[in-house]
Amino acid sequence: MKENDVILRTVTRVVVFIILTFGVELFLSGHHNPGGGFVGGLVLSSALVLLYVVFDIETVHQGVPFDFRKIAAFGAMVSLLSGTGAAVLGKPFLTQGFGYFDLPIFGLTELATVTIFEAGVALTVIGTVVTIILSISKDV
Amino acid sequence: MNNILVLPMLIPLLTGFVLFFLRPSIRAQKIVSILSLLSLVAVSTNILFRIREDGIIRLDFGGWQPPFGILFVGDSFSALMVLTASVVSTLIITYAFTATERRMENMFFYPFAFFLVAGVNGSFLTGDMFNLFVCFEVMLLASYVLITLGGGKVRLAESMKYVAINVVASWFFLVALAFLYGTVGTLNMAHVSVRVAEAGQGPLLSAIAIVFLVVFALKAGLFLYFWLPGSYSSPPGPIAALMAALLTKVGVYAMFRTFTLMFYHDDFILGTIIGTMAVLTIIGGCLGAVAYTDIRQIASYNVIIAVGFMILGLAVFNEQAFKGSVFYLIHDMVIKGILFLIVGAMVYLTGKTKITEMSGLIRNYPALGWLLFLTTLGLAGIPPLSGFIGKMYVGLGAVEGGDYFLLFVGFASSLVVLYSMLRIFMNCFWGETIINREDQRLLPTRRLIPIALLGVLVVAIGVGAQALEPFVSDAARVMANPELYIDAVLGEVES
Repeated sequence: MKENDVILRTVTRVVVFIILTFGVELFLSGHHNPGGGFVGGLVLSSALVLLYVVFDIETVHQGVPFDFRKIAAFGAMVSLLSGTGAAVLGKPFLTQGFGYFDLPIFGLTELATVTIFEAGVALTVIGTVVTIILSISKDV
Repeated sequence: MNNILVLPMLIPLLTGFVLFFLRPSIRAQKIVSILSLLSLVAVSTNILFRIREDGIIRLDFGGWQPPFGILFVGDSFSALMVLTASVVSTLIITYAFTATERRMENMFFYPFAFFLVAGVNGSFLTGDMFNLFVCFEVMLLASYVLITLGGGKVRLAESMKYVAINVVASWFFLVALAFLYGTVGTLNMAHVSVRVAEAGQGPLLSAIAIVFLVVFALKAGLFLYFWLPGSYSSPPGPIAALMAALLTKVGVYAMFRTFTLMFYHDDFILGTIIGTMAVLTIIGGCLGAVAYTDIRQIASYNVIIAVGFMILGLAVFNEQAFKGSVFYLIHDMVIKGILFLIVGAMVYLTGKTKITEMSGLIRNYPALGWLLFLTTLGLAGIPPLSGFIGKMYVGLGAVEGGDYFLLFVGFASSLVVLYSMLRIFMNCFWGETIINREDQRLLPTRRLIPIALLGVLVVAIGVGAQALEPFVSDAARVMANPELYIDAVLGEVES
């Protein structure tokens, strides 16, 4: 792209971090409020897609050198295995547990195994969305 | 705790993901695949015997009790289907090891074959309508990839049709689910059955039943089969075999589940509509099987005839006929697997697709020829082979129910099947040899072994029908008495 897009580039550099933060916030709030892995993943991947649109594919690849197909497969595998853990412990498949822990900085925090499942979902969404966008962009 | 029930879906899914990361090494992919397939067969056998001992078993995901949670239910019917599907896909994937081009192996062929198996097994085991939809989608998405993989003009054109028709069918499925949920307020199959029985199957529920019928008819190729011959004849042997052996059977299975468990109150839908569709399917399939000269088309039309025949058992609607249909479903998965593998091998070996262009192959490939002959006999339902027992029970059921017309159509179709298959056999394997022994493409033994094993299965199912019989009768008994299924799923909850 040879267009003069200084404004776009400058704004993107800031906005990407806002989007990423928002994505993480959505992901974490999903446990009790609207949000969750799927939406969080979509927002996170939108940040990546914005990067791909503004800078070219090679530049972004230098900064984010992942094979997104593998990320998608890895995410789905994490979700699946998080359900298997329960089966190993003799509970029905996909049973999730939670507990309250006193962590140094955060204070009393609720930790739930469902977060692992959701993280898998988020990774799958990111991997899939970016793969789709990249494959479409190759054809043009 | 019946966590074993999720394994037939979990193992192929996990294997698929692991194979993703093993992409650089085809060899490692093959080793992992074989191990996983063998464990899949072992697990499915274990489930079948477990059900024999404990009756219908269920697994509530995450411990959420029905009707609120999603669950897998294993009864003899689903366990038999899972076992057959696992065995057949094991042999087909083993065949694919030797017959798939490097280029396709690199393009994630094996992972998607495993996702397909996962979707198929999930569809057989699930006890929840929405989950059935999800499993269907898993299976279909994998099949979209497999059918388009490798490209080529004809294949892309056919796969466009295939994808379009299935997306539309899935949309109908979703609409039907929405209507069903809006009407009875649940999607748990057993719970739906209870509520439909309480409310009576009035016009609204019958309309929903018909939407489901259309959806599954599109997927199974019952009457709405126009997309099937094209899309099943374009991909290479192993993929076509996987699809022909498994995909339409899932549609047939879903139809049996829906209409024996939930919407069994309306005789007009069951007898008249489904019966007419089955008869028209058989007639249309027979016309196609006789009319075409392309061996892949003939094989595809044979899939359609078999679907019609199995649905005859549903239209007759008594325990004997269900038994016949279950036997025939098992037989059909095996026989369609072997048929499409042989046809794929013939096309690969000769480079031709029409029966008029091939002849005298028996001199070049005697083993393949005799296996095709065995398949022909099996398809027609000649006694010691697997097709016979299913046809016999469907026939007995039809006599018991007094449906002599259905009986006639079903058995007349066997003759057409025999004719269409003998036409392939006589034209392609008899006569003057067209290929010099020196020029012929090699058919390695390791490629013949999976086909031969499927052939052994065709014989074994026929001869060992006595051993299978208790499982099949149990499956038919549950279908004829839906309250058994309902009790197993909802029994503890209500008390």
